[in-house]
Amino acid sequence: MTAVEPDTAKPEGFVDNDEKPVGYGRMLRKEDPRFVRGLGKYCDDVELPGMLHLAILRSPFAHAKINGIDASAAQAHPKVKAVITGADLAEQGLAWMPTLSNDVQAVLATDKVRFQGQEVAFVVAEDRYSARDALELIEVDYEAIDPVIDVRKALDPDMPVIRDDLEDKTDNHCFDWETGDEEATNAVFDKADVVVSEDIVYPRVHPAPMETCGCVADVERVDGKLTLWSTTQAPHAHRTVYALVAGLPEHKIRVIAPDIGGGFGNKVPIYPGYVCAIVASLVIGKPVKWMEDRTENLVSTGFARDYIMRGEIAATKDGKILGIRTNVLADHGAFNGTAAPVKYPAGFFGVFTGSYDIEAAHCKMTAVYTNKAPGGMAYACSFRITEAVYLVERIVDCLAYELDMDPAELRLKNFIQPDQFPYESKTGWVYDSGDYEPTMRKAMDMAGYEELRREQAEKRERGELMGIGISFFTEAVGAGPRKDMDILGLGMADGCELRIHPTGKAVVRLSVKTQGQGHETTFAQIVAEEIGIPPADIDVVHGDTDNTPFGLGTYGSRSTPVSGAAAALVARKVRDKAQIIASGMLEVSVADLEWDKGSFHVKGDPSQSVTIADIAMKAHGAGDLPEGIEGGLEAQICYNPDNLTYPFGAYICVVDIDPGTAEVKVRRFIAVDDCGTQINPMIIEGQVHGGLADGVGMALMEMIAFDEDGNCLGGSLMDYLIPTAMEVPDWETGHTVTPSPHHPIGAKGIGESATVGSPPAIVNAVVDALKPYNVRHADMPLTPSRVWEAMQGTLQPPI
Amino acid sequence: MQVPAPFEYERATSVDHAIALMDRLGSEARLVAGGHSLLPMMKLRLANFEYLIDINDLHDELGFIRVTDDEVRIGAMTRHRELLESDELAAVFPIFRDAEKVIADPVVRNRGTLGGSLCQADPSEDLSAVCTTLNASCVIRSGDGERIVGMEEFHVGPYETAVADGQMLTEIRIPVRAGGSSAYEKVERRAGDWAVVSSGAAIWMDGANIADARVGLAAVGPNTTGIPGIAEALAGQPPSDELFAQAGAIAAASANPSTDMRGSAEYKTHLANELTQRALRRAAARAQEA
Ligand SMILES: Cc1cc2nc3c(=O)[nH]c(=O)nc-3n(C[C@H](O)[C@H](O)[C@H](O)COP(=O)(O)OP(=O)(O)OC[C@H]3O[C@@H](n4cnc5c(N)ncnc54)[C@H](O)[C@@H]3O)c2cc1C
Repeated sequence: MTAVEPDTAKPEGFVDNDEKPVGYGRMLRKEDPRFVRGLGKYCDDVELPGMLHLAILRSPFAHAKINGIDASAAQAHPKVKAVITGADLAEQGLAWMPTLSNDVQAVLATDKVRFQGQEVAFVVAEDRYSARDALELIEVDYEAIDPVIDVRKALDPDMPVIRDDLEDKTDNHCFDWETGDEEATNAVFDKADVVVSEDIVYPRVHPAPMETCGCVADVERVDGKLTLWSTTQAPHAHRTVYALVAGLPEHKIRVIAPDIGGGFGNKVPIYPGYVCAIVASLVIGKPVKWMEDRTENLVSTGFARDYIMRGEIAATKDGKILGIRTNVLADHGAFNGTAAPVKYPAGFFGVFTGSYDIEAAHCKMTAVYTNKAPGGMAYACSFRITEAVYLVERIVDCLAYELDMDPAELRLKNFIQPDQFPYESKTGWVYDSGDYEPTMRKAMDMAGYEELRREQAEKRERGELMGIGISFFTEAVGAGPRKDMDILGLGMADGCELRIHPTGKAVVRLSVKTQGQGHETTFAQIVAEEIGIPPADIDVVHGDTDNTPFGLGTYGSRSTPVSGAAAALVARKVRDKAQIIASGMLEVSVADLEWDKGSFHVKGDPSQSVTIADIAMKAHGAGDLPEGIEGGLEAQICYNPDNLTYPFGAYICVVDIDPGTAEVKVRRFIAVDDCGTQINPMIIEGQVHGGLADGVGMALMEMIAFDEDGNCLGGSLMDYLIPTAMEVPDWETGHTVTPSPHHPIGAKGIGESATVGSPPAIVNAVVDALKPYNVRHADMPLTPSRVWEAMQGTLQPPI
Repeated sequence: MQVPAPFEYERATSVDHAIALMDRLGSEARLVAGGHSLLPMMKLRLANFEYLIDINDLHDELGFIRVTDDEVRIGAMTRHRELLESDELAAVFPIFRDAEKVIADPVVRNRGTLGGSLCQADPSEDLSAVCTTLNASCVIRSGDGERIVGMEEFHVGPYETAVADGQMLTEIRIPVRAGGSSAYEKVERRAGDWAVVSSGAAIWMDGANIADARVGLAAVGPNTTGIPGIAEALAGQPPSDELFAQAGAIAAASANPSTDMRGSAEYKTHLANELTQRALRRAAARAQEA
């Protein structure tokens, strides 16, 4: 691969290039000038002439029959244009819509409400205030039903059936799922010297993006074309689903995702509010805006996790891990809204064998419905890998505890070895590449691991509580090969289109959509690397279905593994054509040309050369082109990945706990990530920083809890805590580079590594600190109260 | 965007004007000071008032910290930030700076006021615990004139105070006694969060012995609580860890917390003990230093 040297044309803001710069390496983000000036344009900034405002009436009950709705007073409000209930939608066949997991979800409740915050009716009014005021005027006759809140009891025979909308449904069972080899696993457990079991809960958390969900729907009165500005991570997939659900022809739908204030998986599903806004615009003939408020976002949109896991690990007495098995009870809420490829109802949880070469593994999962908000999002977790990594990294630490072995040593002893890649795991996942030990050693060196252990020993003598936690994770990201992976029948391949303008500037059109990850920079850099045009001269167009090729969107760390590959390959395709045109210009054969930093020259005679700009002008200009070559310099491709990519990393966390108050202070956090070839190391570090902060939140404070009536206790950011700069240390990041063998530039995903890898490191550190209290496990969130209870030996699971 | 129900709004130009407006508008009117407690409740529609009387223009009149030899007077419109930054106040009552460092965040502290904090009477409210610790009295003004009440009388119940319709808190007064110092300890789940439990302590020394001591706790019952038993236990004794442990036990025994998302009742009771000891230790060290 030829690197474009930064000194050929330094883009503005260039800082330095790390070992192997790709398209200018560590450059400042192209999108930041508008964000730092406050000039980003988000959904709520869309203002159209005559635009109306929509507000949604939500259920105060977790489970209740609707006997009737009286909307007459709301209708009589002078500024109200329409009040729509589930019954109205049912007349149009629009009361229900499919979820991403082929379940159905009510757009507006017709028969009964199934979670607190469920959509019951909506009002469209001249302004936001009036719409909200009119909600108070709608009278709903609810008849409360006992809610199913305790997931452990959801399958009890006497429980009310939540999903009586489904034919013949007599219980709250959602699905069963199994992976691995039960018999082989039982056999290794039988022969093992040591078996350790632990109940491990990953509580329900919420992505809580700063920008809530919302949209502006505008149906053109003359030609009936719908333009939907929407907070979506997957504009193309959403458009197709709207076409299928609402019966609108697909070419009459344009989905635009403007700037997005954080997604984290929360903006993957289609929410009832979007459908309501579309219906409202269709019915009224005016543009309609719907923006959730904070409470609506927290109580009704996609949650993540909510797995109760029984983890078991079998090993020899000297610490060779033989097998891992787990039983999982999964809470899917009232509708199964899991965002994952269809064949993977538990997402990629199957990678729970982690980074270890073991003999056998088995997982059995039961998923149930409860009267809680639907979801099961890929919240920065690449489809349930967060849960899988937490399980394995926690249970490995439990094993270290029982064997009285150093957790770093135990991990080093069990790693998959470099010569075993590609490595097929015992649950059938083919890890593309890895070299784990150097990454682990690098983290240990950066941390000063031995010294930390010495310090800890001294502190323990003095009664001080210090903990060192390790996690080593492997992810599987970049969904995915279309032979295995689709969402609602849509294959997970991504298109990309590149056009070089006559003057040598370019536009690249992506199917994916940034929510803050920096696509406008990274993708310009990938193209720059391949075609030799500086990133500043490459416009990146994304988030508009009318102006970009089809693809499945940005989530599960898939943009760089899938669309990034597409961008590199489309650039190579353009370069191939450019080479033919160059051969005509230089009057030599194609084989006699050499590519170098954005130009072709004749082999052995660098003075005979044409730049990509020269070629572009020729391609668009007068005069003949080589035989069989059309004018113009552009190409389009659709990239279907061969496999997922498997980024990995070693994280070490150091905590101090106040023995009197049980407050946890994260003192240090060392994160060494390997995401293969790095494109912009600064953006990678940014992704890691954000994910680590997220991990601190989940480990120490975040949880969407419910009371026994099903009231959501996390309806504001005063109740659902997310971390601030005060709770996080200065991150110490590092990297190793093990390229992916099948990705055109060797890159893997990085967007979720830190969210996946950090919670176990933090929990392991807290548990390690509590060793003097004989604590082997403590469930998140590790609030001061829960840590204190762990010290007293009275800690209960959070659900 | 969370939007409140309709209301009418007027800015008061003086304390008398504010009181006249309240008299006229009755129980449907509310004063708005910093707005950091009132407005979130209105946006969530947990509280709907027909009239808001904005008293921010009274900051000139009611935003003050006056320290004299025997008394500190603080106006109701004094902002958290002003309490945090006042060196004069920190010199007599370091507990204020201790507390203000851990109340909310800079954005809230820029606007939130002493008066709003006390009148909100949230059981987890920190300045009430500070005022209880320091034995502050509250000056309440109405059309009929002024009356002065102690903190115990001021707090009637959770979110309920002695300030009736048509009345407002104008200032607090704290007696200054020689040989004293104070401190504040708080445990929160996260910066900017309300207290899981907090404890304020003030100690007055007479030579090597404690002459008097007071403790105020937040978030362990329906209101911030003063604990007279502690003064009795500590008076006449030299400060020691054992003595403070005894005081901590008294604090824990008088706490009546409930289990919620911030923590279990058991943990909060433990904190009442632990934080009381810490606050007393720090207050004593400061008093001895001075
Ligand atoms: C994010 C956040 C975090 C917070 N964290 C903490 C914390 O850690 N600790 C803590 O103690 N507090 C905390 N608070 C509360 C904060 O300190 C508030 O500012 C304070 O409680 C209320 O003060 P205010 O001036 O904003 O009052 P307002 O909201 O304006 O008023 C509150 C109530 O008092 C009444 N009122 C106001 N002034 C007077 C007066 N002079 N006479 C009579 N009635 C009056 C109002 O009518 C209203 O009923 C937090 C608030 C927020 C938003």
